[in-house]
Amino acid sequence: MKVIVIAGIVLIVVILFLIFRIATLVGILKGGEKRDGQSNQINALLLLIFIIVSGSVLLWYAYTKYDEYTLPVASEHGVITDNLFWVTTLITGFVFIITQALLFYFPFKYQYKEGRKAFFYPDNNMIEMLWTIIPAIALAILIFYGLTVWNDITDEAPQEAERIEILGHQFAWKLRYSGRDNLLGKHDYRLIMAENPVGVDFTDKNAFDDFSAGQMYVPKGRPVELRIRARDVLHSVFAPHFRLKMDAVPGMVTSFWFVPTKTTAEMRVETGNVNFNYEIACTEICGYGHFGMRMIVIVVEPKEFDQWKASQETLIQREPGLLKYVSEDLKELARIKSGLTDIQDKESESVSVAGSNK
Amino acid sequence: MATAEIHIEEGHSAGGHEHDHDHQGNFWTKYIFSQDHKVIAKQFLISGIFWALLGGILSVIFRLQLGFPDMNLMWLKPFLGGWITEAGKLDQEFYLALVTMHGTIMVFFVLTAGLSGTFSNFLIPLQVGARDMASGFLNMLSYWFFFLSSVVMFSSLFISTGPASGGWVIYPPLSALPQAMSGSGLGMTLWLVAMALFIISTLLGGINYVTTIINLRTYGMTFTRLPLTIWAFFLTAVIGILSFPVLFAAALLLIFDRSFGTSFYLTDIYINGEALPNSGGSPILFQHLFWFLGHPEVYIVLLPALGITSEIISTNSRKPIFGYRAMVGSLLAITFLSFVVWAHHMFVTGMNPFLGSIFMLLTLIIAVPSAVKVFNYLATLWKGNIVFTPAMLFSIGLVSYFISGGLTGIYLGNAAVDIQLHDTYYVVAHFHIVMGSASFFGMLAGIYHWFPKMFGRMLDNRLGYIHFWLTFVGVYLVFFPMHFIGMAGFPRRYYSFTNFDAFQSFTDLNMLITIAAIITLAAQFIFLFNFFYSIFRGRPAPANPWRSNTLEWTTPIHPGHGNWPGEIPHVYRWPYDYSKPGAKEDFIPQNIPFSDTMESNLPEENELIKLEGADSGAIKVDDTKH
Repeated sequence: MKVIVIAGIVLIVVILFLIFRIATLVGILKGGEKRDGQSNQINALLLLIFIIVSGSVLLWYAYTKYDEYTLPVASEHGVITDNLFWVTTLITGFVFIITQALLFYFPFKYQYKEGRKAFFYPDNNMIEMLWTIIPAIALAILIFYGLTVWNDITDEAPQEAERIEILGHQFAWKLRYSGRDNLLGKHDYRLIMAENPVGVDFTDKNAFDDFSAGQMYVPKGRPVELRIRARDVLHSVFAPHFRLKMDAVPGMVTSFWFVPTKTTAEMRVETGNVNFNYEIACTEICGYGHFGMRMIVIVVEPKEFDQWKASQETLIQREPGLLKYVSEDLKELARIKSGLTDIQDKESESVSVAGSNK
Repeated sequence: MATAEIHIEEGHSAGGHEHDHDHQGNFWTKYIFSQDHKVIAKQFLISGIFWALLGGILSVIFRLQLGFPDMNLMWLKPFLGGWITEAGKLDQEFYLALVTMHGTIMVFFVLTAGLSGTFSNFLIPLQVGARDMASGFLNMLSYWFFFLSSVVMFSSLFISTGPASGGWVIYPPLSALPQAMSGSGLGMTLWLVAMALFIISTLLGGINYVTTIINLRTYGMTFTRLPLTIWAFFLTAVIGILSFPVLFAAALLLIFDRSFGTSFYLTDIYINGEALPNSGGSPILFQHLFWFLGHPEVYIVLLPALGITSEIISTNSRKPIFGYRAMVGSLLAITFLSFVVWAHHMFVTGMNPFLGSIFMLLTLIIAVPSAVKVFNYLATLWKGNIVFTPAMLFSIGLVSYFISGGLTGIYLGNAAVDIQLHDTYYVVAHFHIVMGSASFFGMLAGIYHWFPKMFGRMLDNRLGYIHFWLTFVGVYLVFFPMHFIGMAGFPRRYYSFTNFDAFQSFTDLNMLITIAAIITLAAQFIFLFNFFYSIFRGRPAPANPWRSNTLEWTTPIHPGHGNWPGEIPHVYRWPYDYSKPGAKEDFIPQNIPFSDTMESNLPEENELIKLEGADSGAIKVDDTKH
């Protein structure tokens, strides 16, 4: 089998070579190529055909497949950046069509003709100025528009924003909500261990009511600030439907805030896909599992969000052993704030002892 | 080792020719450790072709994974061994290694060394009218450092832990920690060593180019009479000299972090159940240092291509390049701006957003000189008398890519739009078109145009046309659909998209891209055949096959060491006197004095005739050198 394939390939190569040799010899017999020869005309025509065919295919595809290559947008700033995208498309699209059309039309129109002389036209400062200034103005518009949008997006998150920490590691995301006080406790990578995977510093009282979650719940219509961290290498939080992207960098906290505008349920109706889910992906190469760092985002009505949030167990509730890291004078506060007070004092005492013995 | 073999072949080929200006020396000094710029250029070219082929093959392998994720790749096992898993799939980490090596090879070994190395070396002395480079010895060293670098980089493909795999940008901490991925072990060390050698090679070359252009121009070759190729090579070398040392610094600090326990880039890392002691570094620092080279690097690969096309488009339109001074001005503007836009690669890396807005402003400004270049190309074509040599077709292709890819840069340079597009296939489409394909086309155009000067024979035109059309259409089919995939948010460097609901579509486009990539690669074999066959059996070249004005065509068909047998020609005019009204022919070479062309002189040119007689003794100094 292999032999036949190889023999076939060799045969094809030999035949191609023979065709080439014969064509070359015929060419020599016919005499050297002229500059306005047939091949010149063919190439000129092909250039024209190329731009017409490829231009039509491009326009057809861009028009008919619009829904396939544009993702529905679900955040306030996303609507604005999408708008900027399309404004840019309008301006660059215009330039694209004009310049490409001329680039392929001129060669066709002005293909070599014996006896005709090209127009000796070395420069014209007026024209040169014109096509420096016009692009400069168009770009100034885009720059001004872009800067305004960028400054708004990267501005400080509103005070009342829901603060969620998202930490990337090889190869998954971990979430930490700031709890009732809406303040995330401090963190330190040296505290990371099995029962404290994101290195929360429990000497900080803001950490007492922090809780973790497997899926990112966010309220529709309220600002949400992601505080982004990485544990090992660079990662990048990318939530395509929210037009949100920010790298996760070890040793520093980056952030990105947004306002979701459509609940998951609403989006399921809009897309007609009953299984639709918002997703977060990683967009900074981080190792062999880079393509699998998926986190589901669930956007719910604010009321539902508040209920969900109230029903979550805090980190300390889930792992009362963590209390041992809390300094003695704050232990009582930690119990209350973390929700451990629901349990009778004695029980909580024993749980905490048992936890610390582990 | 394939490179070495090819060199010997190439040596034989040149050995078959007559040299009316033979330098004393044996085979080794003439063809291997040669100090002749023309031989060194060919060495760079052949090495570049070898690397381009390898880089292309690597890309087709990972395209198979992307286009046909279910394909059984067992048949690659004889070549890739353990990198193909038992199930006949590409290893996930090797996929990243492929992407990384493809990028590194193409950017540095093909489009920097292969393009600048070949054409700067070959054309600078020939077009400015010099016997050779300012320092033939440094020039030889430049090639051999590159060769050494190539050997080290090539060897990293064969080690058991695999070559560097953290992306061609090698961002730490991933590239600094062997425990993060196996490619960050020995593979990364070899990468860094190879790049250090490469930078030395580039600097040696660059210093030579700049020195030669400033000091060894022939009589009458003022800066305003330099062909645009030389302007482009000159500015490319300047960019390289200023920016490559910064990459060297970045690499050096990374070597320290990897091997000597420093913390330039590392801090607060917990990996594999262990908290590392490094503290106080910043991964962002590396990104700044890297892109301080990385962005100018884009222009290092692009400017020579633009210079080459300026020359070819003017010659084959039989028309002066429109706006010579504007072309030079835009090259200068691009050169300057290329140093102040680097952080547009970092809008969403956690860099201060205020810096982001500054870099966005500067980045978009760079579109203005680029636009001027495009309009000038169009104006040059307008009312020309256009001959479609393969070189001309590749140049037109280049301008088309430059437009397409340049315009998408306006999206990406706009920080607010970049949030969504950063690190998606949109970026992949953008830079492959504007920097990859455009520069690659510049290189091919240059080969087709100057092959007769290099080897004294012509390439076959028909094979050239087939090569052009397959490659041109193929490249667009590969990279244009990626815009749509990127707009839909598909991240780059993904082994597969099956994990995400959002990235389930476009299997059809991905398949199309892969098929187009295979066809495009296959088309390059037509070129390879044409290239090597024509070196030996091509039609003998006439002295000036394209009826061009520049000085290289005044040398003998097989120029020996020293380029011109007698005196170096003097230059009296700019290189773009095509189709001048009143002239007998549609071109007037640079070495024709105005006193010989009374019929076509412009009034101010008649003034210059008076100066022409005074130069006879001026060049004697150069002659004695030979």
